[in-house]
Amino acid sequence: MMEKTAESSRLKTITLKVNHKEYTVDVEPRMLLSDVLRDVLRLTGTHVGCEHGVCGACTIMMDERPVRSCLVFGVQADQAEIVTVEGLESENGELHPLQKGFWEKHGLQCGFCTPGMLMTACHLLEHNPDPSREEIREAISGNLCRCTGYQGIVDAVEYAAKEMRERAE
Amino acid sequence: MKPAAFDYYKPETLDEALSLLDEFGYDAKVLAGGQSLIPMMNMRLARPPVLIDINGVQGMTGIEVGESEIVIGGLTRHYMVEHSPEIQNSCPMLAEGIKLIGHSQIRSRGTIGGSIVHADPTAELPVMLTALGGKVTVVSSGDERELTPEELFLTYMTTTIEPNEIVKSVHFPVIAERTGHAIEEFTLRSGDFAIIIAAASVTLDEEGLIESAALCIGGVDGIPVKLEDVTDELIGEAPSEELFAEKCAQIVDLVDPEKDIHASAEYRKDLCVALSRRVLKKAADRAKQA
Repeated sequence: MMEKTAESSRLKTITLKVNHKEYTVDVEPRMLLSDVLRDVLRLTGTHVGCEHGVCGACTIMMDERPVRSCLVFGVQADQAEIVTVEGLESENGELHPLQKGFWEKHGLQCGFCTPGMLMTACHLLEHNPDPSREEIREAISGNLCRCTGYQGIVDAVEYAAKEMRERAE
Repeated sequence: MKPAAFDYYKPETLDEALSLLDEFGYDAKVLAGGQSLIPMMNMRLARPPVLIDINGVQGMTGIEVGESEIVIGGLTRHYMVEHSPEIQNSCPMLAEGIKLIGHSQIRSRGTIGGSIVHADPTAELPVMLTALGGKVTVVSSGDERELTPEELFLTYMTTTIEPNEIVKSVHFPVIAERTGHAIEEFTLRSGDFAIIIAAASVTLDEEGLIESAALCIGGVDGIPVKLEDVTDELIGEAPSEELFAEKCAQIVDLVDPEKDIHASAEYRKDLCVALSRRVLKKAADRAKQA
């Protein structure tokens, strides 16, 4: 019983705004943001691969910047605005152009790296609506894919960029 | 692969952070961007009993460009420097080198002060600080001191910063007249840890001869290595590809890199020569246009 008290005294209450929804939860400080999202909020779209900042599968948007959620403690995200892959599709369930692009251009095979790829690409297209293939490759260089050789992913991002430009017109 | 339990403190002022450091000493670790610390904690290579998260500390973020000096708050994140138009004009090496740090996800969180105190000799910031002759201001409760790179870096991942001190700001000189900067690195994959980094600054006199030059290599020793033996011989000479090739050839005898799975010592020496020639040439070309 003693141990339990000591453990719970370490809990911190945090409020996260994830995909425009507010959550107030108690977490241990050592819990990584990726685990808070997956295990506490049950938003399992964010994947955890290497858990030490190499693979990029856990990439999310935190205060409008792409961030590796395995390299941030949940307590550090208190009051932060977070967008995960679940937040990409529109409210009526329409896929984001990037999600459509990955579908159309075979940008995913096993799908493990896909959430991180989508979030990284999303940030790229917000700041660079017409990236070259080289710029796309540079942007996703922090996200590992073991299946596609990146060809389909680059095609998918190009497809989405074009679609988003056309929509904007 | 999860971090061991720790006590978490989030001070709101620098004084509060410093008194926590006084209280916990070696038990405490300062958490800034966490992009090097958290991976080590995730693998349990580091298990600090106390973390002092300084991300809420006011007044430690920002870039101020003065007449001769750029002052960057220790908590300033890499992406802020990367996207600062002022930095591109006042310190082209910093603008160029900061883009080479990790990936955009890392630059979102990583901080200038954090990267410098982490003191990885293949990291971009320690090499740039050494090449440019910048300095670091560290504070403790009731004290403040300035350290040059030579006073700061001891060996691999080790600095002379005491456990009760925090990097308050990092200072870089504004680029001088008729000066060019260049930095290049060799990595296995874009954004990976560099195998060799070379950074150079070249200043020309009014006749177009080399007035002063600096060359610094990362990845050959426990700290960034400044090659004054090479740059001393450049002074008074007209910059040319042949000159840089001739003077940089001696670098193979001046550096003593280790080998690992990625590259032999000989290959690293070759990279030092090639990258040094390239950055000196690029810096001199840019100085001509400046």
